[in-house]
Parts: sequence; structure tokens; C-alpha cells
Amino acid sequence: MSWDDLPEEARPYAAYPDAAPPARRRRVDSHGLGIAVAEWGDETAPPILLAHGGFDFAATFSVFAPKLARVGYRVVSFDQRGHGDSDHAALYSWDADLRDTLAVLDSVSHEPIPLIGHSKGGSLLTQFAQAFPHRVSHLVNIDGLPSRWRRPDVSDHERSRLLDRELSGWLDHRRATATRQRRADGLEELARRRARMNPRLSHEWLCYLVTRGARCDADGWRWKIDASMRFGGFGPWSPTWELQRLPGLTPPLLGILATIAEEMGWETEEKDLRPYLPRRAEIVSFEGSGHFIHIEHPDEVVRLVGEFLS
Amino acid sequence: MSEPVAGHTAWLEHGKIRLALHALRTGRTGHPLLLLHGLGERSPEALPDEFAGWPGPVHALDFTGHGASGLPRGGGYTAEILMGDVDAALAQLGPTTVCGRGLGAYVALMIAGGRPEAVLGAVLCDGPGLAGGGAHPSSPHVLHPDPSAPASSPDSFALAELSTDIRPPDYAMSYVRQIDHLGRIERPIAVCAVQRPAWLEAVAQDPETETKTLGDALTAFATPRWRDVDRS
Repeated sequence: MSWDDLPEEARPYAAYPDAAPPARRRRVDSHGLGIAVAEWGDETAPPILLAHGGFDFAATFSVFAPKLARVGYRVVSFDQRGHGDSDHAALYSWDADLRDTLAVLDSVSHEPIPLIGHSKGGSLLTQFAQAFPHRVSHLVNIDGLPSRWRRPDVSDHERSRLLDRELSGWLDHRRATATRQRRADGLEELARRRARMNPRLSHEWLCYLVTRGARCDADGWRWKIDASMRFGGFGPWSPTWELQRLPGLTPPLLGILATIAEEMGWETEEKDLRPYLPRRAEIVSFEGSGHFIHIEHPDEVVRLVGEFLS
Repeated sequence: MSEPVAGHTAWLEHGKIRLALHALRTGRTGHPLLLLHGLGERSPEALPDEFAGWPGPVHALDFTGHGASGLPRGGGYTAEILMGDVDAALAQLGPTTVCGRGLGAYVALMIAGGRPEAVLGAVLCDGPGLAGGGAHPSSPHVLHPDPSAPASSPDSFALAELSTDIRPPDYAMSYVRQIDHLGRIERPIAVCAVQRPAWLEAVAQDPETETKTLGDALTAFATPRWRDVDRS
């Protein structure tokens, strides 16, 4: 559903204080897959690229991005494959997200520009900056810096059982994914479901997100995100790898960390990062905020970013 | 399900991809053998000689982006997704012995750990894509195959992404532990490969793994030694 084409019942929910729809929307082709791009601010202003977190979408920047644009930037974001208005893919992977990010950046600028990512988006852009240091002038990572794994201390036998649940649960999900679709619900009910993963965000904000990130079918509202995507997962990945690469990061880094633990949070602490920070790094532990710092405190994050970039 | 005839191809749905499961031989007694090809390969058209002695039916699966199976747009391959491909075949075939070449060997190990009750032995053989991208992360990079390459099998994204994926030994061993602890047969992993990337060397060192010839591995898994699994 387009931003302008909402059913009557949704209109009261489609406004939120300080939120603005993007000034421009377009699509980028990433090797045959359509990626939805949203831009706020003056098209001729210096560009910044934003990347959202897992299970989010570009419109979750609907307050943060226009505020940043008002400082004097062309703020560009995009829906990752399978998220928001981008095409649903047959396959999803970290490498594919990196490739899609490159396709979007290529459509914005070939000069180095600032990148800002939240959560998974922060981690993605950190790796992107390591692959393409010549394309990144500054990196802002909002609660997406790695921490050491907190593995539960369990016996081998118990670990097998836990992993078995994880593996067979994932495989069962894959078996069902050909026919699966997301559950339809009332608009407010969809917002309440999201509140379980976003417990610190207001009902009004989450209702607003439904009008951007969900579509209204005959049987109700459902999130646009591909039903084949699933929380969790497993693979040959360790946060230690990211930590160990961090000292070699090229562009200056501003890391903003949440200090209140919550469902989606990473619980990375400044002391965990300290031994791995590159020379030009600034870490701000944001008092009184959960994981979605740019949503909870958009003005303060815009101020921090503005100071960092100037 | 009616018994497929040899040469028949069954079409399986895995997410948005249609997979080709080829029946190379049918109509025998005993549990099936499922062949998994290597990176860039496809299923054989006829039953290869080395599998002629298998007493049960023999099937072969084309992975996503390979052979007659569907081509995704824009890549995104992982070995875990191919494990899901094999699981779609297991849903059709029931308990099965899997035999993989190269990349297929790695995936055979994964499905053995992912569905320990449905895999009656995994045979790991040499073939393309056995090593992947090695045991440790390489420098961060973005793979973007030639966009002018024709969209055809094998998918150039598969070739790029599944020859660079990281295969740490401890990750491979987590799958070995799953089938060791939860599998239904004794000695469920047979290593026939001569090439030993780090993940496979670790697997071969596991006390429950056996290193043997393909012929011996097939003979052993044709009449598996069942074991009592503590499911408390």
C-alpha cells in the first residue's frame, strides 16, 4: 500500500507528532530484486544513508530522518529485502543485504558519505565500511555494536536438546514457508502485537508504523515483511569476529549504546568495546534509553550526529 | 504417494523455490539413498555405477539455483538454506541415507544434525565446494557477480556465495554432536573424502565418525545398526 493510499479507517492513525512522509520515493534494482528507497530533505543537500534494524523498515525513521534533514542533509533510507515495500526474495543472507546496500549507495553517491545504522543496520553498515572504506566518511552505529556472546552455561546433553529445538523449529518453519502468510488483525491489534518486541514504544507510534509497514487486506491488516523471515536463526557467525575487526575500521565511528535492556536489545556495554575501539571512535552510553534510541530520543540523537559530522 | 518410476522428477516447494527431486531407481525394498551434488553440479541423469549395489530406491536432489530447480533473484545463498532444500526431500522420502559430494557433503552433515531422527547415515565425499570459504572470516567484501551473465543454472550467485561461506570446525561439530546424541543409528557419519578442509578434518576426528571407502559406507548404511536413544 502506498503512503498516500490509506483506507478511511487508517487515516486517524497516519499522523504522528513530528513524523513526515519521505519527500521522494523510488526503487533501486539490486540484481533483479526491487529495493524501495525513501528520501527526506533537499535533494541537493549532502547525502546520508540510513539502515534500519531487523524486522523494521525505512519508515521507522519517519521522525528521526526529517529532523536530520532539517539540519541540512539529504537523508536516504531503504527497506531491506523482504522488509517494508521492497521485493520479497527467495533467499535472505547477510551478504545479500550488503550487496543491496551497495546498490542503494551507488544510486546516491560515489563520494564518501556518512552512514547511520540501527541495530542489525548498524552492524551491516559497519561491515560495509570495512569492505568499502573509500565510500564512507563517517559511521554512526546506534545500538548495533557487537558484544561477546552470552551463552547459557548448560551441559552437552542439554545443549543438544536446545539446539535440536532450534534446528527442527527452523526446518519446520522452512517446510511451511511456501504457503505461509502473516496473520491478519485489526490495526490496533497489530500495534499491540509489535509492542511485545518494542515494549518501550508508545501505542500511538506503533499504530502509526502499522499504517506504513502493514497493508490492509480484505481480512485485516498484516505486516508487509516476508512471512518466510523469522526471528533468531543460526549459522557460522560469531560476534567475536566483528569485535576483532573493529580496531581496523577506517572512518570515524560514533557508537550510541542503549543502557536499558529490552527484548530486541543487544546489551553491549562500553567496557566490552573498549579494547576493540579504533583510534577515532566515540562511544555514548545513552542514559534512560532502550534499544530504539533514535525513536525514543530523536532530538538528542540528531544533535549527537550533527556534532559528530561537523 | 504412489511409487515413482525411475526417471521421474518430483517437484517440491521450498519457500518460493521449486526443487527437482529425481528418482534414479525405484521399486526396491529398504530405505532410500539421496544423492546431493557438489557446487555448480547437478543430479546425475542415470544411476551412477558406484551406487548400483544400494538395495533401496535412489533419488537425487537439485539444490536451489542448480540443475532443474528454480533460480532465485539476487542471490542470498547459505548452506543452511540448502539444508532446508534437503529437508523438503526428507519430507517426501521419509528416513533416508544421504550421500553428498563437495558442497553436498557439507549440507549432508548439516541435515544429519538438523534432522537426526530422519537421517540414517551421512556419507561425505570429495567434490566441488567442499571447503567453502575456509574456517575463518575473510576480509569483508561484497560479492556481485557479472550482472550481464545469463540467468541460468548453476546460478552465478550460488557459485560465488557458496565458495566463500565460512565453515568453522566448531560449527560443523555442533551438527556432529546433534546426530551423535539424537540420531537413530550407530556411527552415523562416514567420511570418504580425501580432501580435508578444517571443518571436515574436525568431523573425521570425532570418535563416532568412520573414515572408509564409499563402497564400505554404503554397505554399512544399507543395513544400519540401530541404537537405543535415551529420550528422557
